[in-house]
Amino acid sequence: MSHWFMLTLVGKDQQGIVAQVTTALYEGKCNLGEASMLRLGGNFTMMLMVNCTLSIEALEQLLQPVITKLQLHLHLTPIEGQLHHHIEPEVRISVHGADRAGIVAQVTSVLAEAGLNILDLESDVGGSAKEPFYIMHIEGIATLGIKVLEDALQQLLTTQQPDLKVQLEPIEILVM
Amino acid sequence: MAILNILTYPDVRLKNIAAPVTEFDDRLRIIIADLEETMRAGHGSVGIAAPQVGIFEQIVIIDVSAKPKIKQHGRLVLINPEITKWEGFKVGREGCMSVPDYTGNVIRAHSIQLVAQDEYGEQHEYEMDDYEARVVQHEVDHLDGMLFIDRLVSRRHDLFKRKVYK
Repeated sequence: MSHWFMLTLVGKDQQGIVAQVTTALYEGKCNLGEASMLRLGGNFTMMLMVNCTLSIEALEQLLQPVITKLQLHLHLTPIEGQLHHHIEPEVRISVHGADRAGIVAQVTSVLAEAGLNILDLESDVGGSAKEPFYIMHIEGIATLGIKVLEDALQQLLTTQQPDLKVQLEPIEILVM
Repeated sequence: MAILNILTYPDVRLKNIAAPVTEFDDRLRIIIADLEETMRAGHGSVGIAAPQVGIFEQIVIIDVSAKPKIKQHGRLVLINPEITKWEGFKVGREGCMSVPDYTGNVIRAHSIQLVAQDEYGEQHEYEMDDYEARVVQHEVDHLDGMLFIDRLVSRRHDLFKRKVYK
């Protein structure tokens, strides 16, 4: 019987990581599901749904040669693989400002309390080492409605984060 | 009337090019009635094109009247539609009855001018903006064998015009 694993992997970015890892999986008769892979601060990171009949030990063994060769760190977690059940986001929030500790914690705490269920968050540090800025995009479900999120953000900006730029836009999906 | 079966990607027939309609007869009007019933049976679908049900003719129905407070023409039957002018652009999230369980961002012209015939063969000109213009561009793509997934832009690094606080 086949089952799902979440493969998480990180290593110094170099050319060919995706090709070599997925080729090893393919040759081991694994099937791939959804994935998120990106370079973060010079590291290549991978989160990949893998479906196979192998045990977790056998899967690890299958990947070992590539992991060793490319000096990667690998972690496998058995998961329930839910495909074909995408939840569509209702709202998109963009945040940017001078980088400092606490932006993510404060913004997401306020949003969580106002009912936001985050589906997707990506953030970057831009600017220069001397004057870094932080930029973050969040998509999610407004479980208490968008107005509640708007009010909470407004409150945050007026009381705690006057320099932060925060924009909120409902995501309207047109189905045709 | 009948609810027709929707072709879903990766069905290769969705790549077929639709032929112009030449006979504005009862057969056409039956297809239109079936298409409309199929569209309304979908989950909040605001448009449908005949190739989505395996009829490769230039027939489109749109209706964005469920969206309040926008400029629109209500229910429209567009036969042999041709977009004659495009202006501006906007990113928006689209889904499609022929592409289940997936939505994506697509850049479309903000405003368009359109020439199309109605179910009796009479020619009309339309000016459309925003959502309605987006729906027409999406449906006209179906007539050309194109799906919105052929035009995706990144979900991440795209430009949205957002409400700005402070």
